[in-house]
Amino acid sequence: MNRPRHFVLTGLFTLALLGLVGRSGYLAVTEREFLQNQGKARAIHNAEIRAHRGVISDRNGDPMAVSTPVVSVWTDPSVDRLDAGELVLVAELLDRPVDGLMKRLERSKHTQFVYLARRVSPAIARSLRSLEIPGIRFKREYRRFYPSGEISAHVVGRTDIDDVGQEGIELSMDHVLRGVPGSKRVLTDRRGQRVRDLDFYDAPDFGDDVELSIDLRLQFLAYRELKSAVEHSGARSGSVVTLDVTTGDVLALVNQPSYNPNRVGARDFDGMRNRAITDLYEPGSTAKPFAILAALETGTYRADTIIDTTPGYLTVGRKLIEDPVNRGRLTLAEVLARSSQVGVAKIALGLEGSHLYDVFHRSGLGSIPATGLPGEVSGLLTDRDIDNPIVRASLAYGYGVTASAMQLAQSYLTIASGGVRRQVNLIRGLPRASEERVFEESDVASLLRMMEGVASSKGTAPKARVPGFAVAGKTGTSRKVTSGTYDDTRHVALFAGIAPSRDPQVVIVVIINEPLGEHVGGGEVAAPVFSRILARSLRILGVAPKNLVVTDRENAREGFDHAA
Amino acid sequence: MKEYTRYLTNSLRLRREEPRSNNFHLDPMLLVPLLCIVGIGLAVLYSAVHQDLSILENQSVNLFLGFVAMTLAAWLHPRVYLRFAPVLYTIGLISLVAVFLFGTTVNGSQRWLDLPLLPRFQPSELMKVTVPLTVAWFLHDRALPPRTIEVGIALLVAVVPGILVILQPDLGTAILVVSSGSLVVLLSGVRWRLVLVGTLSVVPLIPAYWYFFMNEFQKKRVFTLFDPESDPLGAGWSIIQSTTALGSGGLLGKGLFEGTQSQLKFLPESHTDFIMAVIGEELGFMGVMTLIILYVLVLARGMYIAVQAGDTFGRLAAGGLTLTFFVHVVLNIAVVSGLLPVTGAPLPLVSFGGTSAIALLVGFGIVMSIHTHRGWR
Repeated sequence: MNRPRHFVLTGLFTLALLGLVGRSGYLAVTEREFLQNQGKARAIHNAEIRAHRGVISDRNGDPMAVSTPVVSVWTDPSVDRLDAGELVLVAELLDRPVDGLMKRLERSKHTQFVYLARRVSPAIARSLRSLEIPGIRFKREYRRFYPSGEISAHVVGRTDIDDVGQEGIELSMDHVLRGVPGSKRVLTDRRGQRVRDLDFYDAPDFGDDVELSIDLRLQFLAYRELKSAVEHSGARSGSVVTLDVTTGDVLALVNQPSYNPNRVGARDFDGMRNRAITDLYEPGSTAKPFAILAALETGTYRADTIIDTTPGYLTVGRKLIEDPVNRGRLTLAEVLARSSQVGVAKIALGLEGSHLYDVFHRSGLGSIPATGLPGEVSGLLTDRDIDNPIVRASLAYGYGVTASAMQLAQSYLTIASGGVRRQVNLIRGLPRASEERVFEESDVASLLRMMEGVASSKGTAPKARVPGFAVAGKTGTSRKVTSGTYDDTRHVALFAGIAPSRDPQVVIVVIINEPLGEHVGGGEVAAPVFSRILARSLRILGVAPKNLVVTDRENAREGFDHAA
Repeated sequence: MKEYTRYLTNSLRLRREEPRSNNFHLDPMLLVPLLCIVGIGLAVLYSAVHQDLSILENQSVNLFLGFVAMTLAAWLHPRVYLRFAPVLYTIGLISLVAVFLFGTTVNGSQRWLDLPLLPRFQPSELMKVTVPLTVAWFLHDRALPPRTIEVGIALLVAVVPGILVILQPDLGTAILVVSSGSLVVLLSGVRWRLVLVGTLSVVPLIPAYWYFFMNEFQKKRVFTLFDPESDPLGAGWSIIQSTTALGSGGLLGKGLFEGTQSQLKFLPESHTDFIMAVIGEELGFMGVMTLIILYVLVLARGMYIAVQAGDTFGRLAAGGLTLTFFVHVVLNIAVVSGLLPVTGAPLPLVSFGGTSAIALLVGFGIVMSIHTHRGWR
């Protein structure tokens, strides 16, 4: 019998236990910090809190782009194993083919993140959640909703699937609209499911709102009129820009064709172009008022100065400039009202080339409108060869110069504001460039009187008239350049107008590109659109009509009182 | 001198009263630490199973049955164990074979026996008690220290069930079964020279075991012990997690139900093999220490009873049962603290598991019985 053996073994085991006590003491005291951090690294994660973008609204606060919460469904293939039955359920709820989901999972089985569906409505996400399938994870996101859809698609633009601005104001004001995601610390279990939020919370910085100068009511009616005009005339495209004269605010900016920014996926690149600021046209006769203005500035011309356009054509060098018929002796006002090429060319030939160019330049043609929209073009205005009579005469009736609808509106704004060059604004609350007088008030007033004649029965655009308001404007019909030469079959019909002409409130530019059919001129195609838009715009803006019944004669007299 | 006389008269009086076959007696020095261990164990288990009452109830019922069985075992005379040890052993062997033939498979191991009229149990757990009793029975009337051939036979008694358990496969329990027999042999006073030879002869068996018995997963577990980061999400995960949990509790712990590693399911097997890590994380080093001190009290009392036993069977059986319990504790804590490869040994009386708890408590019942009847010869 060996009792000491009991003591030996007891001693050995006690030693072993002491060793283990030492080991756990070592872990708990010496290694504690390291191990605690290890534990935290596993269980505590930073979760992003998505910040929604700011609202884009019109000048009355009506929303043009708002963010609505959606849920993206994802899974971590390295941890989660979804069986076929679960996938079928998920696919059914997501309304997606199962094999597509399976393929996607198979493709990314070595990654730790794969979307099963993006931007699912909260209702579908709720029913998915109620299935309680482990490994189906949810992420809150925001998607943009554009209440005015295609009507203001070009102004507002759109964002991509990651909520980053891609076009329009969404792109140019992305830095303002974009939110800064916040974060919070969350406790997650081994499968990555959130257990609870910890105290640490870095509040998300939601994006700031952007208010545009657009008036959705005017925008809507401009869009409707433009759309129907483009459809009826079979034109390829068209644009309308409405400006507020006193502030330079862009009240409406619409294009045809357009697209629905709420639709994700299909991309119609033709419809996505913001033609009013990117497409350049030769303004044609709509540039004539600036030639007349240059003539007035010399002091040798007055509204009733007679210009003899006989015999209805003029040869400058090798170039033949002609009117449709011989209009004979015309006053300066009539040259403008009837849009006589010969008359304007004659005036231009008598002007200093640099002076003519300078008037165009001061009006704002050839400079960027700076509305804040991406993709703006400045158009072409150059004084190269301006001393060449052909170049000078062409410039006077709007060839050899290009402008976008916005630029044309900008230059007409200078006239409408009585000769003050005013910055065009689309985004409210931004600092504005200082205003600058570029034309004499009397010259501009005189020009405006003459431009009223355009919208008279004797002018080129009687269809631009609006009962109760005097309208000043100018038609334009320019031929398009195809493969280097002017094409007689493809035209651009323009109308740029100011109303009411005695107390200008709005500038409206209508451009119809390549109308088909018998009538392709600005007076026939663009002027009626102008008239319809103007009539309702003025009513919406609350501009009081002067007298509700205006006869043709009265309107004509008003437009011709200088010439009389 | 006076005290010595009292001691002598005391022992004489005890001797006179024997045999105390009807004595109903629970040893408080053993019972109290055992109850403390069970109390802490239930609290931690409740936390480890994420406050699932059904598991707690299940374990409470098992422990209650265990204490009832312990009381019965303490009441029975050691003579009964001596007589029935070989019978129990034979039944145990048969049930192990039965497990091998038609046992229930849980988690890839065939460990359970589902017999009619009986709750499902693990025969291998019962062998932890039966084997030391049988070895003690084999050696109790022989001249000690035993001869080499007797040592061989005694070891065979332990190794045969051990092999059956390894085949389940359940390495942890197999080690416990074999060591429970070997410890009795050690206690019998076998010469150290023989121990040395025996230990050395086991060494060549290790590579054999490595090549013929261990599967890839088990091998990986051994590799990852030395470099857990080599496979942090696979085999190394449990070691990394258990040491992380054990250490991150610090001195006082994060509080019951507050441990992130254990509560958030980062810790695998948190209610069975790795429950010590939950104690470490939630009750801290102090909790671990308290539990280990309680275990040491049990060890000291058990070994004291063994030394006090008047007969060879009692001395060997009590010592063997107590030390087996202890191998259990040491093996488990060593695994949890990342010192031994993961073998699958629960923490006695704390980890979830019915058969194990009942078997261990019955073992202590037998130890108590040996103490009650220590004068018996």
